[in-house]
Amino acid sequence: MTDKHPLINVNGLTKMFGELKALDGVSFSIEPGEVVALLGANGAGKTTLINHLLARVTPDSGTISVANHKPGSYAARQLIGTVLQATQIPSNLTIYEHIELFTSYYPNPMTIEETLSLASLDALKNRYFDTLSGGQQQRVFFALAVCGNPNIILLDEPTVGLDVNARREFWNCITELKSRGTAILLTTHYLEEADALADRILVLADGKLVQQGTSESIKQKLGGKRIRFRSTKTIAEWESSIDMVRFDLRGGYFDVISESPEKLLCALLKTDPDLFDLTVDQISLEDAFLNLSVLGTKHLSTSAITSKEHAA
Amino acid sequence: MNTQINKSNYDAKAVYWLESRAELLKTFRDMGFTIPSLIFPAMFYIFFGLVFNKSAMSGQMPSYLLATYGVFGVIGPALFSFGVGVASERQQGWLTLKQCTPMPISAYFFARVVTAQVFGLIIVFSLFILGAVFGNVELTRTQWILTLLCLVIGSLPFCAMGLWLGLTLSAKAAPATVNLIYLPMAFLSGLWIPIQLFPEFMQSLAWIFPAFHLSQLTLAIQGFHLKFDLIWHLSILVLMTVVFFFLAFRAFKKMSIN
Repeated sequence: MTDKHPLINVNGLTKMFGELKALDGVSFSIEPGEVVALLGANGAGKTTLINHLLARVTPDSGTISVANHKPGSYAARQLIGTVLQATQIPSNLTIYEHIELFTSYYPNPMTIEETLSLASLDALKNRYFDTLSGGQQQRVFFALAVCGNPNIILLDEPTVGLDVNARREFWNCITELKSRGTAILLTTHYLEEADALADRILVLADGKLVQQGTSESIKQKLGGKRIRFRSTKTIAEWESSIDMVRFDLRGGYFDVISESPEKLLCALLKTDPDLFDLTVDQISLEDAFLNLSVLGTKHLSTSAITSKEHAA
Repeated sequence: MNTQINKSNYDAKAVYWLESRAELLKTFRDMGFTIPSLIFPAMFYIFFGLVFNKSAMSGQMPSYLLATYGVFGVIGPALFSFGVGVASERQQGWLTLKQCTPMPISAYFFARVVTAQVFGLIIVFSLFILGAVFGNVELTRTQWILTLLCLVIGSLPFCAMGLWLGLTLSAKAAPATVNLIYLPMAFLSGLWIPIQLFPEFMQSLAWIFPAFHLSQLTLAIQGFHLKFDLIWHLSILVLMTVVFFFLAFRAFKKMSIN
Protein backbone atom coordinates (compact mmCIF):
# COMPACT_ATOMS: atom_id res chain seq x y z
CA MET A 1 0.00 0.00 0.00
CA THR A 2 1.07 3.56 -0.54
CA ASP A 3 1.62 6.13 2.13
CA LYS A 4 -1.32 8.19 0.85
CA HIS A 5 -4.53 8.30 2.83
CA PRO A 6 -7.17 5.98 1.52
CA LEU A 7 -9.96 7.76 -0.32
CA ILE A 8 -12.57 5.36 0.93
CA ASN A 9 -12.34 3.55 4.20
CA VAL A 10 -14.93 1.01 5.24
CA ASN A 11 -14.60 -0.79 8.54
CA GLY A 12 -16.75 -3.60 9.91
CA LEU A 13 -19.81 -2.56 7.94
CA THR A 14 -22.91 -4.57 8.87
CA LYS A 15 -26.46 -4.06 7.70
CA MET A 16 -29.57 -6.13 8.32
CA PHE A 17 -32.69 -5.93 6.16
CA GLY A 18 -35.16 -7.62 8.46
CA GLU A 19 -33.82 -11.12 9.02
CA LEU A 20 -31.43 -10.89 6.10
CA LYS A 21 -27.83 -9.96 6.72
CA ALA A 22 -27.18 -7.85 3.63
CA LEU A 23 -23.66 -6.90 4.69
CA ASP A 24 -21.66 -8.75 7.31
CA GLY A 25 -18.53 -7.12 8.70
CA VAL A 26 -17.23 -5.72 5.43
CA SER A 27 -13.91 -3.86 5.63
CA PHE A 28 -11.80 -2.49 2.81
CA SER A 29 -10.19 0.69 1.57
CA ILE A 30 -9.56 2.32 -1.77
CA GLU A 31 -6.45 4.35 -2.53
CA PRO A 32 -6.35 7.35 -4.86
CA GLY A 33 -6.14 6.28 -8.47
CA GLU A 34 -7.03 2.66 -7.82
CA VAL A 35 -9.59 0.74 -9.87
CA VAL A 36 -11.45 -1.75 -7.72
CA ALA A 37 -14.09 -4.19 -8.93
CA LEU A 38 -16.72 -5.42 -6.54
CA LEU A 39 -17.67 -8.82 -7.82
CA GLY A 40 -20.57 -10.91 -6.66
CA ALA A 41 -23.74 -12.71 -7.68
CA ASN A 42 -27.10 -10.94 -7.60
CA GLY A 43 -28.10 -10.37 -3.99
CA ALA A 44 -24.53 -10.61 -2.72
CA GLY A 45 -24.75 -7.06 -1.33
CA LYS A 46 -22.94 -5.03 -4.01
CA THR A 47 -25.60 -2.35 -4.44
CA THR A 48 -26.21 -2.17 -0.70
CA LEU A 49 -22.53 -1.44 -0.25
CA ILE A 50 -22.60 1.31 -2.91
CA ASN A 51 -25.72 2.77 -1.28
CA HIS A 52 -23.85 3.02 2.02
CA LEU A 53 -21.08 5.00 0.36
CA LEU A 54 -23.74 7.39 -0.96
CA ALA A 55 -25.53 7.58 2.40
CA ARG A 56 -28.70 6.28 0.80
CA VAL A 57 -28.63 3.59 3.47
CA THR A 58 -27.35 3.98 7.02
CA PRO A 59 -25.27 1.16 8.53
CA ASP A 60 -26.33 -0.87 11.57
CA SER A 61 -22.73 -0.92 12.69
CA GLY A 62 -19.31 -0.13 11.31
CA THR A 63 -17.80 3.04 9.93
CA ILE A 64 -17.43 4.56 6.48
CA SER A 65 -15.43 7.59 5.48
CA VAL A 66 -14.97 9.30 2.14
CA ALA A 67 -11.67 11.21 2.25
CA ASN A 68 -12.29 11.60 5.99
CA HIS A 69 -15.77 13.00 5.41
CA LYS A 70 -19.06 11.47 6.38
CA PRO A 71 -20.80 9.83 3.39
CA GLY A 72 -23.60 12.00 2.05
CA SER A 73 -22.09 15.18 3.49
CA TYR A 74 -21.69 18.12 1.13
CA ALA A 75 -17.91 17.61 1.08
CA ALA A 76 -18.26 13.89 0.30
CA ARG A 77 -20.77 14.53 -2.46
CA GLN A 78 -18.32 16.89 -4.15
CA LEU A 79 -15.70 14.13 -4.28
CA ILE A 80 -17.87 11.33 -5.64
CA GLY A 81 -19.44 10.84 -9.06
CA THR A 82 -22.01 8.09 -9.47
CA VAL A 83 -23.68 5.89 -12.03
CA LEU A 84 -26.66 4.20 -10.40
CA GLN A 85 -28.66 1.26 -11.69
CA ALA A 86 -31.88 1.67 -13.63
CA THR A 87 -32.06 5.45 -13.83
CA GLN A 88 -34.02 7.37 -16.43
CA ILE A 89 -33.06 10.85 -17.57
CA PRO A 90 -35.79 13.37 -18.39
CA SER A 91 -35.90 13.25 -22.17
CA ASN A 92 -36.76 16.90 -22.86
CA LEU A 93 -33.24 18.22 -22.40
CA THR A 94 -30.30 17.69 -24.73
CA ILE A 95 -27.22 15.81 -23.58
CA TYR A 96 -25.31 19.11 -23.64
CA GLU A 97 -27.88 20.82 -21.44
CA HIS A 98 -27.82 17.97 -18.93
CA ILE A 99 -24.03 18.00 -18.70
CA GLU A 100 -23.95 21.79 -18.43
CA LEU A 101 -26.37 21.63 -15.47
CA PHE A 102 -24.50 18.88 -13.62
CA THR A 103 -21.19 20.65 -14.23
CA SER A 104 -22.53 23.71 -12.41
CA TYR A 105 -22.92 21.68 -9.19
CA TYR A 106 -19.16 21.20 -8.70
CA PRO A 107 -16.38 23.54 -7.56
CA ASN A 108 -13.64 22.33 -9.94
CA PRO A 109 -15.39 20.67 -12.84
CA MET A 110 -14.05 19.60 -16.21
CA THR A 111 -15.09 21.75 -19.14
CA ILE A 112 -18.17 20.49 -20.94
CA GLU A 113 -16.03 19.74 -24.01
CA GLU A 114 -13.64 17.60 -21.94
CA THR A 115 -16.55 15.64 -20.48
CA LEU A 116 -18.10 15.11 -23.91
CA SER A 117 -14.86 13.82 -25.34
CA LEU A 118 -14.07 11.59 -22.34
CA ALA A 119 -17.46 9.92 -22.71
CA SER A 120 -17.29 9.92 -26.56
CA LEU A 121 -20.45 11.98 -26.78
CA ASP A 122 -19.26 14.85 -29.01
CA ALA A 123 -21.40 13.78 -31.92
CA LEU A 124 -24.46 13.25 -29.75
CA LYS A 125 -24.45 16.43 -27.68
CA ASN A 126 -27.57 17.93 -29.23
CA ARG A 127 -29.62 14.77 -29.07
CA TYR A 128 -32.32 13.96 -26.55
CA PHE A 129 -31.80 11.07 -24.16
CA ASP A 130 -34.60 8.83 -25.44
CA THR A 131 -33.22 8.88 -28.99
CA LEU A 132 -29.96 7.22 -27.87
CA SER A 133 -29.04 3.54 -27.85
CA GLY A 134 -28.51 1.72 -24.56
CA GLY A 135 -24.74 2.04 -24.78
CA GLN A 136 -24.95 5.74 -25.59
CA GLN A 137 -27.37 6.33 -22.72
CA GLN A 138 -24.98 4.61 -20.36
CA ARG A 139 -22.18 6.90 -21.54
CA VAL A 140 -24.41 9.89 -20.74
CA PHE A 141 -24.68 8.64 -17.15
CA PHE A 142 -20.93 8.20 -17.16
CA ALA A 143 -20.53 11.80 -18.38
CA LEU A 144 -22.80 13.08 -15.58
CA ALA A 145 -20.73 11.11 -13.06
CA VAL A 146 -17.36 12.45 -14.24
CA CYS A 147 -18.20 16.05 -15.23
CA GLY A 148 -17.50 17.37 -11.73
CA ASN A 149 -13.95 16.02 -11.88
CA PRO A 150 -14.49 13.91 -8.76
CA ASN A 151 -11.72 11.96 -7.04
CA ILE A 152 -13.72 8.79 -7.00
CA ILE A 153 -16.33 7.32 -9.31
CA LEU A 154 -18.83 4.69 -8.19
CA LEU A 155 -20.28 2.65 -11.03
CA ASP A 156 -23.07 0.27 -10.10
CA GLU A 157 -23.25 -2.37 -12.83
CA PRO A 158 -22.49 0.18 -15.52
CA THR A 159 -22.52 -2.24 -18.45
CA VAL A 160 -25.37 -4.54 -17.53
CA GLY A 161 -27.59 -5.21 -20.53
CA LEU A 162 -25.13 -3.76 -23.06
CA ASP A 163 -23.91 -5.71 -26.08
CA VAL A 164 -20.25 -6.58 -26.48
CA ASN A 165 -19.35 -3.54 -28.58
CA ALA A 166 -21.12 -1.08 -26.31
CA ARG A 167 -19.46 -2.67 -23.32
CA ARG A 168 -16.02 -2.33 -24.88
CA GLU A 169 -16.68 1.31 -25.73
CA PHE A 170 -17.64 1.86 -22.11
CA TRP A 171 -14.45 0.14 -20.96
CA ASN A 172 -12.47 2.56 -23.10
CA CYS A 173 -14.07 5.44 -21.23
CA ILE A 174 -13.14 3.86 -17.91
CA THR A 175 -9.57 3.19 -18.99
CA GLU A 176 -9.28 6.79 -20.15
CA LEU A 177 -10.61 8.00 -16.79
CA LYS A 178 -8.22 5.71 -14.93
CA SER A 179 -5.29 7.25 -16.80
CA ARG A 180 -6.33 10.64 -15.36
CA GLY A 181 -5.82 9.26 -11.85
CA THR A 182 -9.42 8.92 -10.76
CA ALA A 183 -10.18 6.12 -8.31
CA ILE A 184 -12.96 3.87 -9.53
CA LEU A 185 -15.15 1.40 -7.69
CA LEU A 186 -17.34 -0.62 -10.01
CA THR A 187 -19.72 -3.42 -9.26
CA THR A 188 -20.18 -6.07 -11.87
CA HIS A 189 -21.08 -9.66 -12.34
CA TYR A 190 -19.10 -9.85 -15.56
CA LEU A 191 -15.83 -11.47 -14.68
CA GLU A 192 -14.04 -10.39 -17.80
CA GLU A 193 -14.97 -6.83 -16.94
CA ALA A 194 -13.30 -7.11 -13.55
CA ASP A 195 -10.36 -8.90 -15.15
CA ALA A 196 -9.95 -6.27 -17.86
CA LEU A 197 -10.32 -3.13 -15.77
CA ALA A 198 -9.56 -3.67 -12.13
CA ASP A 199 -6.30 -3.37 -10.22
CA ARG A 200 -7.94 -5.20 -7.39
CA ILE A 201 -11.01 -7.36 -7.01
CA LEU A 202 -13.23 -7.67 -3.96
CA VAL A 203 -15.43 -10.74 -3.97
CA LEU A 204 -18.67 -10.40 -2.06
CA ALA A 205 -20.79 -13.47 -1.24
CA ASP A 206 -23.85 -13.34 1.01
CA GLY A 207 -22.79 -9.99 2.42
CA LYS A 208 -19.30 -11.15 3.35
CA LEU A 209 -16.10 -10.05 1.71
CA VAL A 210 -14.74 -13.51 0.99
CA GLN A 211 -11.69 -12.59 -1.00
CA GLN A 212 -9.69 -9.65 -2.17
CA GLY A 213 -6.66 -9.25 -4.34
CA THR A 214 -5.57 -8.81 -7.93
CA SER A 215 -7.29 -11.02 -10.46
CA GLU A 216 -3.98 -12.89 -10.74
CA SER A 217 -3.81 -13.60 -7.03
CA ILE A 218 -7.41 -14.74 -6.90
CA LYS A 219 -6.75 -17.18 -9.70
CA GLN A 220 -3.60 -18.24 -7.91
CA LYS A 221 -5.38 -18.89 -4.64
CA LEU A 222 -7.40 -21.58 -6.28
CA GLY A 223 -4.37 -23.25 -7.74
CA GLY A 224 -2.95 -22.20 -11.01
CA LYS A 225 -4.05 -24.75 -13.62
CA ARG A 226 -7.06 -26.53 -14.85
CA ILE A 227 -6.61 -30.02 -16.28
CA ARG A 228 -9.20 -31.58 -18.56
CA PHE A 229 -9.23 -35.03 -20.06
CA ARG A 230 -11.41 -37.94 -21.07
CA SER A 231 -11.16 -41.39 -19.60
CA THR A 232 -13.05 -44.67 -19.44
CA LYS A 233 -12.72 -44.79 -15.66
CA THR A 234 -15.52 -43.54 -13.42
CA ILE A 235 -15.35 -40.59 -11.07
CA ALA A 236 -15.41 -42.94 -8.06
CA GLU A 237 -12.46 -44.86 -9.39
CA TRP A 238 -10.52 -41.67 -9.88
CA GLU A 239 -11.27 -40.31 -6.45
CA SER A 240 -10.33 -43.58 -4.75
CA SER A 241 -6.99 -43.77 -6.52
CA ILE A 242 -5.87 -40.15 -6.08
CA ASP A 243 -6.31 -38.51 -2.67
CA MET A 244 -7.19 -34.93 -1.85
CA VAL A 245 -8.27 -34.01 -5.38
CA ARG A 246 -11.78 -33.14 -6.46
CA PHE A 247 -12.84 -34.49 -9.86
CA ASP A 248 -15.76 -33.02 -11.75
CA LEU A 249 -17.33 -34.63 -14.77
CA ARG A 250 -18.59 -31.99 -17.21
CA GLY A 251 -19.84 -32.89 -20.66
CA GLY A 252 -17.80 -36.11 -20.84
CA TYR A 253 -14.62 -34.38 -19.63
CA PHE A 254 -13.03 -34.77 -16.25
CA ASP A 255 -12.18 -31.42 -14.77
CA VAL A 256 -9.54 -30.92 -12.10
CA ILE A 257 -8.12 -27.72 -10.66
CA SER A 258 -4.64 -28.05 -9.26
CA GLU A 259 -1.93 -25.96 -7.66
CA SER A 260 0.75 -28.46 -8.65
CA PRO A 261 -0.31 -29.66 -12.09
CA GLU A 262 2.98 -31.38 -12.93
CA LYS A 263 2.77 -33.80 -10.00
CA LEU A 264 -0.89 -34.40 -10.60
CA LEU A 265 -0.33 -35.16 -14.29
CA CYS A 266 2.16 -37.91 -13.33
CA ALA A 267 -0.37 -39.43 -10.98
CA LEU A 268 -3.15 -39.19 -13.54
CA LEU A 269 -1.15 -40.92 -16.23
CA LYS A 270 0.00 -43.61 -13.81
CA THR A 271 -3.61 -44.36 -12.87
CA ASP A 272 -4.89 -44.42 -16.42
CA PRO A 273 -2.26 -44.54 -19.17
CA ASP A 274 -5.09 -44.57 -21.70
CA LEU A 275 -6.64 -41.20 -20.80
CA PHE A 276 -7.05 -38.95 -23.85
CA ASP A 277 -7.96 -35.45 -25.08
CA LEU A 278 -5.76 -33.95 -22.36
CA THR A 279 -5.48 -30.17 -21.98
CA VAL A 280 -3.88 -27.98 -19.31
CA ASP A 281 -5.09 -24.35 -19.07
CA GLN A 282 -4.59 -21.29 -16.98
CA ILE A 283 -7.55 -21.13 -14.63
CA SER A 284 -10.07 -18.46 -15.67
CA LEU A 285 -11.33 -15.88 -13.26
CA GLU A 286 -14.72 -17.41 -13.83
CA ASP A 287 -13.55 -20.73 -12.39
CA ALA A 288 -12.00 -18.92 -9.47
CA PHE A 289 -15.17 -16.99 -8.88
CA LEU A 290 -17.39 -20.06 -9.05
CA ASN A 291 -15.23 -21.70 -6.45
CA LEU A 292 -15.16 -18.63 -4.27
CA SER A 293 -18.79 -17.71 -4.14
CA VAL A 294 -20.72 -20.84 -5.08
CA LEU A 295 -18.80 -23.33 -3.03
CA GLY A 296 -19.04 -20.82 -0.27
CA THR A 297 -16.78 -19.57 2.39
CA LYS A 298 -15.97 -22.98 3.87
CA HIS A 299 -14.22 -24.18 0.78
CA LEU A 300 -12.58 -20.84 0.48
CA SER A 301 -11.10 -20.84 3.93
CA THR A 302 -9.51 -24.24 3.31
CA SER A 303 -8.20 -23.13 -0.06
CA ALA A 304 -6.83 -19.98 1.54
CA ILE A 305 -5.04 -22.09 4.10
CA THR A 306 -3.60 -24.45 1.52
CA SER A 307 -2.43 -21.55 -0.58
CA LYS A 308 -0.74 -20.05 2.49
CA GLU A 309 0.94 -23.36 3.20
CA HIS A 310 1.87 -23.55 -0.42
CA ALA A 311 3.44 -20.12 -0.28
CA ALA A 312 5.28 -21.01 2.93
CA MET B 1 -5.98 15.66 -7.85
CA ASN B 2 -6.65 17.29 -4.58
CA THR B 3 -9.22 16.45 -2.00
CA GLN B 4 -9.39 20.00 -0.73
CA ILE B 5 -12.54 21.78 -1.64
CA ASN B 6 -11.85 24.88 -3.57
CA LYS B 7 -14.89 27.07 -3.76
CA SER B 8 -13.31 29.71 -5.96
CA ASN B 9 -14.92 28.60 -9.23
CA TYR B 10 -18.19 27.69 -7.69
CA ASP B 11 -21.13 30.00 -8.24
CA ALA B 12 -24.21 29.08 -6.23
CA LYS B 13 -26.36 31.55 -8.12
CA ALA B 14 -25.45 29.84 -11.39
CA VAL B 15 -26.85 26.55 -10.05
CA TYR B 16 -30.21 28.16 -9.28
CA TRP B 17 -30.30 29.86 -12.66
CA LEU B 18 -29.28 26.78 -14.67
CA GLU B 19 -31.59 24.52 -12.68
CA SER B 20 -34.51 26.89 -13.34
CA ARG B 21 -33.64 27.25 -17.00
CA ALA B 22 -33.40 23.46 -17.37
CA GLU B 23 -36.74 23.00 -15.65
CA LEU B 24 -38.42 25.63 -17.86
CA LEU B 25 -36.97 24.15 -21.07
CA LYS B 26 -37.96 20.67 -20.00
CA THR B 27 -41.52 21.73 -19.21
CA PHE B 28 -42.09 23.96 -22.25
CA ARG B 29 -40.82 21.22 -24.58
CA ASP B 30 -43.45 18.89 -23.19
CA MET B 31 -46.25 20.01 -25.50
CA GLY B 32 -48.68 17.56 -23.96
CA PHE B 33 -48.37 19.56 -20.76
CA THR B 34 -47.74 23.09 -22.03
CA ILE B 35 -50.64 23.43 -24.45
CA PRO B 36 -53.47 22.18 -22.23
CA SER B 37 -52.25 23.94 -19.12
CA LEU B 38 -51.93 27.29 -20.92
CA ILE B 39 -55.12 26.97 -22.93
CA PHE B 40 -57.64 25.45 -20.52
CA PRO B 41 -58.04 28.40 -18.12
CA ALA B 42 -58.37 30.86 -21.03
CA MET B 43 -60.82 28.59 -22.83
CA PHE B 44 -62.99 28.13 -19.73
CA TYR B 45 -62.93 31.85 -19.10
CA ILE B 46 -64.01 32.59 -22.68
CA PHE B 47 -66.91 30.10 -22.49
CA PHE B 48 -68.25 30.80 -19.03
CA GLY B 49 -67.17 34.39 -18.50
CA LEU B 50 -67.24 36.03 -21.91
CA VAL B 51 -69.68 34.08 -24.09
CA PHE B 52 -72.44 32.74 -21.85
CA ASN B 53 -72.68 34.88 -18.73
CA LYS B 54 -71.25 38.14 -19.90
CA SER B 55 -74.22 40.22 -18.75
CA ALA B 56 -74.88 38.29 -15.52
CA MET B 57 -74.39 40.00 -12.15
CA SER B 58 -75.29 43.26 -13.87
CA GLY B 59 -72.40 42.91 -16.28
CA GLN B 60 -69.82 42.18 -13.61
CA MET B 61 -69.50 38.45 -14.34
CA PRO B 62 -66.37 38.77 -16.52
CA SER B 63 -64.73 40.77 -13.77
CA TYR B 64 -65.71 38.27 -11.06
CA LEU B 65 -64.64 35.21 -13.05
CA LEU B 66 -61.34 36.87 -13.97
CA ALA B 67 -60.37 36.45 -10.32
CA THR B 68 -61.62 32.88 -9.93
CA TYR B 69 -60.27 31.60 -13.26
CA GLY B 70 -57.02 33.30 -12.32
CA VAL B 71 -56.94 31.09 -9.23
CA PHE B 72 -57.83 28.07 -11.35
CA GLY B 73 -55.03 29.01 -13.76
CA VAL B 74 -52.21 29.38 -11.24
CA ILE B 75 -52.93 26.33 -9.12
CA GLY B 76 -52.86 23.98 -12.14
CA PRO B 77 -49.14 24.37 -12.97
CA ALA B 78 -48.27 24.37 -9.25
CA LEU B 79 -50.05 21.08 -8.61
CA PHE B 80 -48.87 19.43 -11.82
CA SER B 81 -45.25 20.63 -11.88
CA PHE B 82 -44.76 19.36 -8.35
CA GLY B 83 -47.29 16.55 -8.11
CA VAL B 84 -46.73 14.86 -11.45
CA GLY B 85 -43.22 16.12 -12.25
CA VAL B 86 -41.63 15.18 -8.93
CA ALA B 87 -43.43 11.82 -8.79
CA SER B 88 -42.12 10.80 -12.20
CA GLU B 89 -38.54 12.02 -11.63
CA ARG B 90 -38.54 10.34 -8.24
CA GLN B 91 -39.62 7.04 -9.72
CA GLN B 92 -37.13 7.30 -12.62
CA GLY B 93 -34.32 7.46 -10.06
CA TRP B 94 -33.42 10.88 -11.44
CA LEU B 95 -34.07 12.68 -8.17
CA THR B 96 -31.90 10.12 -6.35
CA LEU B 97 -29.04 10.61 -8.79
CA LYS B 98 -29.27 14.38 -8.29
CA GLN B 99 -29.25 13.92 -4.52
CA CYS B 100 -25.93 12.09 -4.85
CA THR B 101 -24.41 15.21 -6.44
CA PRO B 102 -23.56 18.36 -4.47
CA MET B 103 -26.68 20.05 -5.91
CA PRO B 104 -28.45 21.92 -3.10
CA ILE B 105 -31.89 20.31 -2.95
CA SER B 106 -33.36 23.79 -2.55
CA ALA B 107 -32.24 24.54 -6.13
CA TYR B 108 -34.36 21.67 -7.38
CA PHE B 109 -37.47 22.93 -5.61
CA PHE B 110 -36.70 26.57 -6.42
CA ALA B 111 -36.58 25.67 -10.13
CA ARG B 112 -39.98 24.05 -9.91
CA VAL B 113 -41.49 27.04 -8.12
CA VAL B 114 -40.06 29.32 -10.83
CA THR B 115 -41.53 27.11 -13.55
CA ALA B 116 -44.94 27.01 -11.90
CA GLN B 117 -44.81 30.81 -11.48
CA VAL B 118 -43.83 31.44 -15.12
CA PHE B 119 -46.72 29.29 -16.29
CA GLY B 120 -49.00 31.01 -13.78
CA LEU B 121 -47.93 34.45 -15.04
CA ILE B 122 -48.58 33.56 -18.68
CA ILE B 123 -52.03 32.26 -17.75
CA VAL B 124 -52.90 35.30 -15.62
CA PHE B 125 -51.78 37.74 -18.32
CA SER B 126 -53.75 35.90 -20.97
CA LEU B 127 -56.86 36.16 -18.76
CA PHE B 128 -56.19 39.85 -18.06
CA ILE B 129 -55.98 40.59 -21.78
CA LEU B 130 -59.11 38.59 -22.61
CA GLY B 131 -61.03 40.22 -19.77
CA ALA B 132 -59.94 43.76 -20.58
CA VAL B 133 -60.43 43.47 -24.34
CA PHE B 134 -63.51 41.27 -24.67
CA GLY B 135 -65.11 41.42 -21.23
CA ASN B 136 -65.00 45.17 -20.59
CA VAL B 137 -63.29 44.44 -17.28
CA GLU B 138 -62.29 47.77 -15.77
CA LEU B 139 -60.07 47.63 -12.70
CA THR B 140 -57.93 50.35 -11.18
CA ARG B 141 -54.19 50.01 -11.65
CA THR B 142 -53.86 49.01 -7.97
CA GLN B 143 -56.51 46.31 -8.42
CA TRP B 144 -54.71 44.82 -11.45
CA ILE B 145 -51.41 44.74 -9.58
CA LEU B 146 -52.91 43.36 -6.36
CA THR B 147 -54.77 40.65 -8.28
CA LEU B 148 -51.54 39.63 -10.01
CA LEU B 149 -49.57 39.57 -6.74
CA CYS B 150 -52.30 37.71 -4.89
CA LEU B 151 -52.40 35.00 -7.57
CA VAL B 152 -48.63 34.62 -7.88
CA ILE B 153 -47.98 34.42 -4.13
CA GLY B 154 -51.18 32.44 -3.65
CA SER B 155 -49.83 29.61 -5.82
CA LEU B 156 -47.28 28.71 -3.13
CA PRO B 157 -49.64 26.65 -0.92
CA PHE B 158 -50.40 24.58 -4.02
CA CYS B 159 -46.70 24.10 -4.71
CA ALA B 160 -46.42 22.66 -1.19
CA MET B 161 -49.48 20.48 -1.68
CA GLY B 162 -48.16 19.28 -5.06
CA LEU B 163 -44.75 18.56 -3.56
CA TRP B 164 -46.30 16.38 -0.89
CA LEU B 165 -48.31 14.50 -3.53
CA GLY B 166 -45.25 14.18 -5.78
CA LEU B 167 -43.18 12.69 -2.98
CA THR B 168 -45.82 10.15 -1.98
CA LEU B 169 -47.67 9.10 -5.16
CA SER B 170 -46.34 6.66 -7.74
CA ALA B 171 -45.58 8.10 -11.17
CA LYS B 172 -48.46 6.12 -12.64
CA ALA B 173 -51.03 7.25 -10.10
CA ALA B 174 -49.93 10.89 -9.96
CA PRO B 175 -51.62 12.40 -13.06
CA ALA B 176 -55.02 10.86 -12.29
CA THR B 177 -54.83 11.63 -8.57
CA VAL B 178 -53.78 15.24 -9.13
CA ASN B 179 -56.65 15.70 -11.60
CA LEU B 180 -59.02 14.11 -9.13
CA ILE B 181 -58.01 16.70 -6.57
CA TYR B 182 -57.60 19.67 -8.92
CA LEU B 183 -60.88 19.57 -10.86
CA PRO B 184 -63.40 18.80 -8.07
CA MET B 185 -61.61 21.24 -5.78
CA ALA B 186 -61.83 23.94 -8.47
CA PHE B 187 -65.54 23.41 -8.92
CA LEU B 188 -66.40 23.04 -5.22
CA SER B 189 -64.36 26.12 -4.32
CA GLY B 190 -66.46 28.21 -6.69
CA LEU B 191 -63.79 28.83 -9.29
CA TRP B 192 -66.00 27.92 -12.25
CA ILE B 193 -69.38 29.10 -10.98
CA PRO B 194 -69.67 31.85 -8.33
CA ILE B 195 -69.93 30.35 -4.85
CA GLN B 196 -72.98 32.53 -4.05
CA LEU B 197 -75.00 30.37 -6.44
CA PHE B 198 -74.23 27.22 -4.40
CA PRO B 199 -76.64 25.77 -1.81
CA GLU B 200 -75.66 26.71 1.72
CA PHE B 201 -74.13 23.35 2.76
CA MET B 202 -71.88 23.43 -0.31
CA GLN B 203 -70.75 26.91 0.62
CA SER B 204 -69.76 25.56 4.05
CA LEU B 205 -68.05 22.55 2.49
CA ALA B 206 -65.86 24.90 0.43
CA TRP B 207 -64.04 25.95 3.60
CA ILE B 208 -61.98 22.73 3.54
CA PHE B 209 -60.39 23.67 0.20
CA PRO B 210 -57.37 25.98 0.01
CA ALA B 211 -58.55 27.12 -3.45
CA PHE B 212 -61.69 28.60 -1.86
CA HIS B 213 -59.67 30.73 0.53
CA LEU B 214 -57.35 31.98 -2.21
CA SER B 215 -60.35 32.84 -4.39
CA GLN B 216 -61.96 34.80 -1.54
CA LEU B 217 -58.78 36.80 -1.04
CA THR B 218 -58.51 37.52 -4.77
CA LEU B 219 -62.21 38.42 -5.07
CA ALA B 220 -61.91 40.77 -2.09
CA ILE B 221 -59.68 43.04 -4.19
CA GLN B 222 -62.82 43.87 -6.18
CA GLY B 223 -65.19 43.55 -3.20
CA PHE B 224 -66.85 40.36 -4.58
CA HIS B 225 -65.98 38.09 -1.66
CA LEU B 226 -68.50 36.50 0.73
CA LYS B 227 -67.73 39.19 3.30
CA PHE B 228 -66.12 36.96 5.89
CA ASP B 229 -63.24 38.55 7.71
CA LEU B 230 -60.23 38.15 5.39
CA ILE B 231 -57.94 37.22 8.25
CA TRP B 232 -59.76 33.85 8.40
CA HIS B 233 -58.99 33.06 4.77
CA LEU B 234 -55.44 34.24 5.11
CA SER B 235 -54.67 32.30 8.28
CA ILE B 236 -56.31 29.10 7.03
CA LEU B 237 -54.26 29.36 3.84
CA VAL B 238 -51.04 29.90 5.80
CA LEU B 239 -51.88 27.02 8.11
CA MET B 240 -52.56 24.69 5.17
CA THR B 241 -49.24 25.71 3.58
CA VAL B 242 -47.38 24.86 6.77
CA VAL B 243 -49.15 21.49 7.05
CA PHE B 244 -48.43 20.56 3.42
CA PHE B 245 -44.78 21.59 3.79
CA PHE B 246 -44.50 19.53 6.94
CA LEU B 247 -46.02 16.50 5.20
CA ALA B 248 -43.74 17.01 2.20
CA PHE B 249 -40.70 17.35 4.45
CA ARG B 250 -41.60 14.13 6.25
CA ALA B 251 -42.11 12.27 2.96
CA PHE B 252 -38.77 13.60 1.72
CA LYS B 253 -36.92 12.41 4.82
CA LYS B 254 -38.56 9.03 4.61
CA MET B 255 -37.63 8.73 0.95
CA SER B 256 -33.94 9.49 1.35
CA ILE B 257 -33.03 7.58 4.50
CA ASN B 258 -33.42 3.87 5.18
